[in-house]
Amino acid sequence: MNLADTRIVGIGESRLGKVPDRSALQLQSDAAHAALDDAGLTLADIDGLITTPIRVEPWNMPCGVVSSFLGVQPAYLSTLDLAGASGCAMIHHAAMAVASGQCNTVLCVAGQDLLTNKTRASAVQTMAESGAAHPQFEAPYGPLVASNYALIAQRHMYEYGTTAEQMAEVAVTIRKHALLNPNAHMTKPITVQDVMASPMITSPLKRFDCALVSDGAAAVIVTSADRARDLKQKPVRVLGQGYGLSHSYVGEALKLPFSGAVESGKKAFEMAGVKHADIDVAELYDCFTITVIIELEDLGFCKKGEGGAFVQGGRISLGGELPVTTHGGLLSCAHPGLPGGLFHVLEGVRQVRGQAGARQVKDAKLALVHGNGGTIAIHCTLILSV
Amino acid sequence: MNFPRPLPSPNPLTAPYWQAAHQGELKLPRCAACAKFHSYPRSTCPHCGSRDLAWQQLSGKGEVYSFTVVHRAPSKGFEALVPYVVAVVALAEGPHLMTRLTGVAPDAVRIGMAVRVAFEEQGPHDEETTLPVFTAEVSA
Repeated sequence: MNLADTRIVGIGESRLGKVPDRSALQLQSDAAHAALDDAGLTLADIDGLITTPIRVEPWNMPCGVVSSFLGVQPAYLSTLDLAGASGCAMIHHAAMAVASGQCNTVLCVAGQDLLTNKTRASAVQTMAESGAAHPQFEAPYGPLVASNYALIAQRHMYEYGTTAEQMAEVAVTIRKHALLNPNAHMTKPITVQDVMASPMITSPLKRFDCALVSDGAAAVIVTSADRARDLKQKPVRVLGQGYGLSHSYVGEALKLPFSGAVESGKKAFEMAGVKHADIDVAELYDCFTITVIIELEDLGFCKKGEGGAFVQGGRISLGGELPVTTHGGLLSCAHPGLPGGLFHVLEGVRQVRGQAGARQVKDAKLALVHGNGGTIAIHCTLILSV
Repeated sequence: MNFPRPLPSPNPLTAPYWQAAHQGELKLPRCAACAKFHSYPRSTCPHCGSRDLAWQQLSGKGEVYSFTVVHRAPSKGFEALVPYVVAVVALAEGPHLMTRLTGVAPDAVRIGMAVRVAFEEQGPHDEETTLPVFTAEVSA
């Protein structure tokens, strides 16, 4: 068996946004059971589990804690941390575990009560001090996680003439998509003027250029193509996959604003044997508005430096040439930390199944899903189809 | 009331950097094989793979590669500094470093601006910690 013989067969998510009546483990359990129901499976069918670390509670062995809580007896288990690229990487690791014969059916699940347990302010401090900045050479100077991305945005503006209004267009479009998602954290529309008038956090990034802090969890079930045949949903294939790594810290990176998405995208397209024009929808990691612009460039949807112009004129909206992050993303749907990138996978699966409701991209056959971790450093790309 | 800021905890890999800073010198590892400096400190040269590295002093001169004006502090310890300029400096010898710019109005900072290193003691209780910061090479 190899990767081509594996399928995504179930997806599920908890309530998202502010969920004050759920702990991290309850959120993960909600998402896991939603994915099992979606697939037509029970916990007894699960013999592999992958999760991520969380920040709200100290867990000694996250995969053990989650497996034990859910009541899974795993033949395979792993705690994965590729920062924001974890969501996409979990799917790839699950598929490898199934393809190797180590186990039959893997539950990928992650989530936490980041907003309720932490408050927005303490979540911001926790994330600033949890390693996005180098603990010796960067953290003492006081960068937010957003400051690391602001350094990239500033350089991008300098080299290519990208504007704050172009970045704002990303936030506005993704908010518009979130309004079509009944489970999204944000429920009110915003305009480019609203983004421009929102408080400056770390120039050039303003409040609405930055991701949310949310409660929430997501789950995905991966099994063999054989097993997938008699389950409830249209099985979804991972046609292409790639990783990329350009640096560890923004202060030492010599090739900004280029990212590891150049390599991850190239590998995923080669493996899938498809072209950019074939992609119907792109679920791009959107921790900050600049991230989406750089991903569009480095994944090859436009030339380097043209990402700012690419996001204008409705091109990345539903109904546009390349709808981007149609569930509302980290900017407007939910960002519970490390698990955030899994929601992009869920939406890619919904789109190629034709189950995205009011957000459905007509006749979507191919979805590209992309996760970005560190400061545009570590990347994982998936290309999905039914 | 003083709130703590994160300070470096030197280890065997990084202690020479912080010891040099405390003596008012900016040092980084330099490769004997390819002659290039690198940051942040590693055990092998990221340019050529050699392990023949030695700490060497730099000119302390460079230019602003990118910057951000921080208006919302990550923790209470930085609130008194707001707004402050976090920058990446491209050193004349090649490597980049993250730093803070001092003695420059945030509005006056530009990419490409010439800067030089200065050293900042981190308060009366942290005599052993000196942070390299950067300031404008020619005051406007």
